[in-house]
Amino acid sequence: MTETVVRHNRIARNADRVGLGAMIVASVCLVALGTRWVSGPMVSVIVLVLILDLVGVLVLAARGGPEARRLLAPYGLLKPGMLWLALFFLAPVWSLIRISLSTKESRFSVNYDFNWAFENYSKAFSDFGAQFQRAFLYAAIATVLTIAIGYPLAYVIAFRGGKYKNILLGLVVIPFFTSYLIRTIAWSTILADRGIVVSAMNAVGLQTVLEWMHIMDNGKLLNTPAAVIGGLTYNFLPFMLLPIYVSLEKIDVNLVNAAGDLYSNASRAFRKIVVPLSIPGVFAGTLLTFIPAAGDFVNAQFLGNPNTTMIGNSIQDQFLKQNNYPVASAMSAVLMVSIATLVLLYTRIFGTEDLA
Amino acid sequence: MGEAAKDVIVLDHVSKRYGDFVAVHDANFSIAHGEFFAMLGPSGCGKTTTLKMIAGFEQPSAGRVMLDGVDVSDVPPYKRNVNTVFQQYALFPHMSVFDNVAFGPRSKKIDESKLKTSVMEMLEIVRLSEFAHRKPSQLSGGQQQRVALARALVNYPSALLLDEPLAALDLKLREAMQIELKRIQREVEISFIFVTHDQGEALTMSDRIAVMSQGHVEQIGTPQEIYRSPSSLFVAGFIGSANLLPGTVKSHDGDNVVVTLQAGPTVRVTGNFSSCAIGEKVSVMLRPECMKPSSDVGVSGQGLNGVLTDMVFQGATARMIVSLPDGSEVTCLADSSARMPDAQVGSNISISWGADGGYVLAGWPGKAGSTSTDVDHIESTL
Repeated sequence: MTETVVRHNRIARNADRVGLGAMIVASVCLVALGTRWVSGPMVSVIVLVLILDLVGVLVLAARGGPEARRLLAPYGLLKPGMLWLALFFLAPVWSLIRISLSTKESRFSVNYDFNWAFENYSKAFSDFGAQFQRAFLYAAIATVLTIAIGYPLAYVIAFRGGKYKNILLGLVVIPFFTSYLIRTIAWSTILADRGIVVSAMNAVGLQTVLEWMHIMDNGKLLNTPAAVIGGLTYNFLPFMLLPIYVSLEKIDVNLVNAAGDLYSNASRAFRKIVVPLSIPGVFAGTLLTFIPAAGDFVNAQFLGNPNTTMIGNSIQDQFLKQNNYPVASAMSAVLMVSIATLVLLYTRIFGTEDLA
Repeated sequence: MGEAAKDVIVLDHVSKRYGDFVAVHDANFSIAHGEFFAMLGPSGCGKTTTLKMIAGFEQPSAGRVMLDGVDVSDVPPYKRNVNTVFQQYALFPHMSVFDNVAFGPRSKKIDESKLKTSVMEMLEIVRLSEFAHRKPSQLSGGQQQRVALARALVNYPSALLLDEPLAALDLKLREAMQIELKRIQREVEISFIFVTHDQGEALTMSDRIAVMSQGHVEQIGTPQEIYRSPSSLFVAGFIGSANLLPGTVKSHDGDNVVVTLQAGPTVRVTGNFSSCAIGEKVSVMLRPECMKPSSDVGVSGQGLNGVLTDMVFQGATARMIVSLPDGSEVTCLADSSARMPDAQVGSNISISWGADGGYVLAGWPGKAGSTSTDVDHIESTL
């Protein structure tokens, strides 16, 4: 009897390690189930382990006393998210990478043989290098444009909006209550060859200027790179504007007054005070814009032409039309890794930890 | 104060209107070089607006602001040689203490080596040398306050403007900073113009005080002048505590006025109100500490008889509340070492004052015999 009490106490005292261990075991079980590492009777074994794991921790929490509960609490809070990630992120990524290194048995087969088929990656680069480049180029230009449009807009709303601030912000956001797809298709109508914009441009003779600027191409606005970039810029503008607005709104007007008081004219006060203090917003906005824009396929599909396809379109095509999962997976993996690398580099260079 | 040539700032009939609302009405005064000048008044009296017009954040609707003899009414803040210490300090959060202080000199394009010495010198004066590389968020309230001072003073402005600089500090720190501010001001010999709603602060630190109310400058003078001879009931009530007893003018007697108080007795008081007509409504101001309580009832001449209704021991002094026959109350501060064996709550008592203990003011207070010490009360009676 005494021995069980002592053992019980030891478990209770190390409840944090038990919690951590249980969480890892449960996650691994879910990944194993999600990626089908196991089959047949082993599935029941894994499910049993998972149930025992979850129930065991609950029993420890119920019987282990307040100290054990205190130690378990953080893992209890962490576990739902962790298990969600295990099942819906880790397992799919594992499958993705595995399939990207597999070959199909035949053209119409749904079975894949895992055989370290790195040729999928070389095929991804050789066949779709242009799409990769375009995706990053378009996303980068669109990000710069959203800053160029969003920053002044956010600035005016934050500093000059007065009592109309919320109305102005609402006007920016309200169009985005409509579906992403509908808005993009609407643009294809607006920019259509016989649409109002093109005829207006032709009427006032702006066509030559726009052709020279490579915005128009052979009298067309739609199905040009400019249309794709414009669509991306339009669709991601709120994701840039809102974080910038939040960081500008936080700036105390007295800081700008103080800069003026200390012999700075408006432009120096803006450069030395407003810009540095709004960098965190620009940083967050850039991540929120660039990452989804680089993987976007909707804008290129509705506003572009075959020469403006982005990597998102190619991945979609390979997955859904060509049924070529290995190459599509390889492209997805490359896209994921390259975005992650770019973001890491960006964070290293512009990281604003001490301002956050 | 001082000849015109030595005046750093001159407000020449300056007014500021926002639509129909008059924030400042006809402010007309000057501030001398090296002077510690306070603008005192309840919130909304126009003192901060006046300060902003001197700094250049607001333009006067009428009149001129002169700085070092030059009309600067339309000159933007960054071209004026005055600096401001903001109420919440407005330190730049993304810069170190050094960079904050160096901001002004850098705006003026002073070269980095010269700037470094002057910045470090100024940090020395405010005793923050070892904090030069900290961020403002890593400093205490009092230290932030001194950074704000150093940041303004490093530019050696013609005048330093301080907007409620001590309001954000707790009481102990505020008292320490009052002394510190005086010391720094003597050291740098720059005019300090100081906005506050705290009359104690203004009395302690300033060479001269401008008392403002509802956009008007009520009185300008040294702390003693303002305390002893206030120009209006408002000033009398706002500065220190005062018993204001209503009465009517009975007769003139040289520099003195004889007033029949509503409370009964007729008293002879001083005041620059000798031109008042017989029968005019006036108030007599009695400072609590100028009155001598005594238990001998029936003192003739300058005195009042009443009943002691409350007595609070306060250490060096005792605060006595005396109820007069007409129901009004008078507060009186007595030396607590003076023995008054008979003074018990409920006993009869008389209070008397010296030749210049009472001071006459035009008009009647809002409430008979009111003793006013706090701003809210003043505002509610106005």
